[in-house]
Amino acid sequence: MIALVDYGAGNLASVRKALRACGADVFEPAGPADLDCASAIVLPGVGHFAATASLDERWRAAIRQRLEGGIPFLGICLGMQWLFEGSDEATAVPGLGWLPGRITRLPDRAPGGGRLKVPHAGWNAVRATGPSGVPGLKDGAYFYFTHAYAAPVTDATAATTVYGVPFASAVRRGHVRGVQFHPEKSGAEGLALLGAFVGGGR
Amino acid sequence: MTKPAGDTFARRLIACLDVRAGRVVKGVNFEGLRDAGDPAALAARYDAEGIDELVVLDITATAEDRLALTRTVSAVSANVFIPLAVGGGIRSVEDAARVIEAGADKVGVNTAALGDPSLVSRIADRFGSQAVIVAIDAKRDGDRFTVCSHAGRTATRRDAVGWAREAESRGAGEILLTSIDADGTLRGFDCALTAAVSDAVGIPVIASGGAGSADHFVEVFTAGRADAALAATIFHDGTCSVRAVKDALRRHGLPVRL
Repeated sequence: MIALVDYGAGNLASVRKALRACGADVFEPAGPADLDCASAIVLPGVGHFAATASLDERWRAAIRQRLEGGIPFLGICLGMQWLFEGSDEATAVPGLGWLPGRITRLPDRAPGGGRLKVPHAGWNAVRATGPSGVPGLKDGAYFYFTHAYAAPVTDATAATTVYGVPFASAVRRGHVRGVQFHPEKSGAEGLALLGAFVGGGR
Repeated sequence: MTKPAGDTFARRLIACLDVRAGRVVKGVNFEGLRDAGDPAALAARYDAEGIDELVVLDITATAEDRLALTRTVSAVSANVFIPLAVGGGIRSVEDAARVIEAGADKVGVNTAALGDPSLVSRIADRFGSQAVIVAIDAKRDGDRFTVCSHAGRTATRRDAVGWAREAESRGAGEILLTSIDADGTLRGFDCALTAAVSDAVGIPVIASGGAGSADHFVEVFTAGRADAALAATIFHDGTCSVRAVKDALRRHGLPVRL
């Protein structure tokens, strides 16, 4: 059973629908204790980083404990950003700190001087990078993004995307994965990524 | 928008389903409606053809049709895994919540936001800016563009550029800009209108109204500086396929998702 954590940040219904389309058994834990019976955790999210403040100390402790135990984890958009130390979007709200680095705002100018619309809203290509990719993520495939803040490229980066500058569009450290884009809204490529997660792909 | 080196950001194509009483309809210059099919079936077809996003626009205002809308949104979103925006008659945060619960990712507000611009920020505060599209119907008046409300029937005192700026400052995530003059004519987008609004705001602008050929999309993404382009008639009629438009964009060096 995949625990789909509801903390009031948006795209729960569409993620649930997409996971079920991939054949997953999905439940929404009523509280942190319910994570005990999960075989995997998906942390969705869209919108403002401040929404992750709903993941209080009890949630943080329970998720951290399961991550230390090796449970497969997938963070989507805000759910991925929350893995980092924090975000410039809501400086008073700490991230989990599982991955080093901070989330920063996308630039509104490309290095060449061209203007960039922020949010980065639409489809963009991902480039797989680093030693361990994210299962189901095809190099060069297009995914749907909608975000104004992004994660830095570090040694946890599994894929990069360029919007003016390169940012981490996917991260992976062992069983812990995150994607900045929305696989639940990325057609067949998105379902392939979720399907690989549901199927326990490593 | 300007194209940086190594740009892979796809120019986004959106199919619009104008829905009345559970059926897709299409008119010319906002009038003269005719039936164009079942919304869920059309949505699935466009998804298979590679459309990047869907808009369901409820073009009636009766209570029965309003209930039918949530059923339509549920049916459209059931088997389609791409972004879905829903607009038409959204007057409150509760209206927005209803269509989002039914499966919409974004809501479009138009007339109600003109009457009470705080609606934009209230929906953005609840669901995030990415969930709010401010739809602007604009009509040429000399070298200015007048914003119209009530499905284009009522001219307001607002100018499209000024209203787009205000919408952005109130938390809109995107602008859906329709040229009333061009809508349904198949003679091309109003690139001057699109460029004027796109240059004035930092959020994406979706151009709408007038698409009649693949070349029209190339024009609106270059001269019009659009971030996305929306069409209904040419896709419904099969005059021009989604793939044909994307091939034309690619030939002109504009990235697309294939």
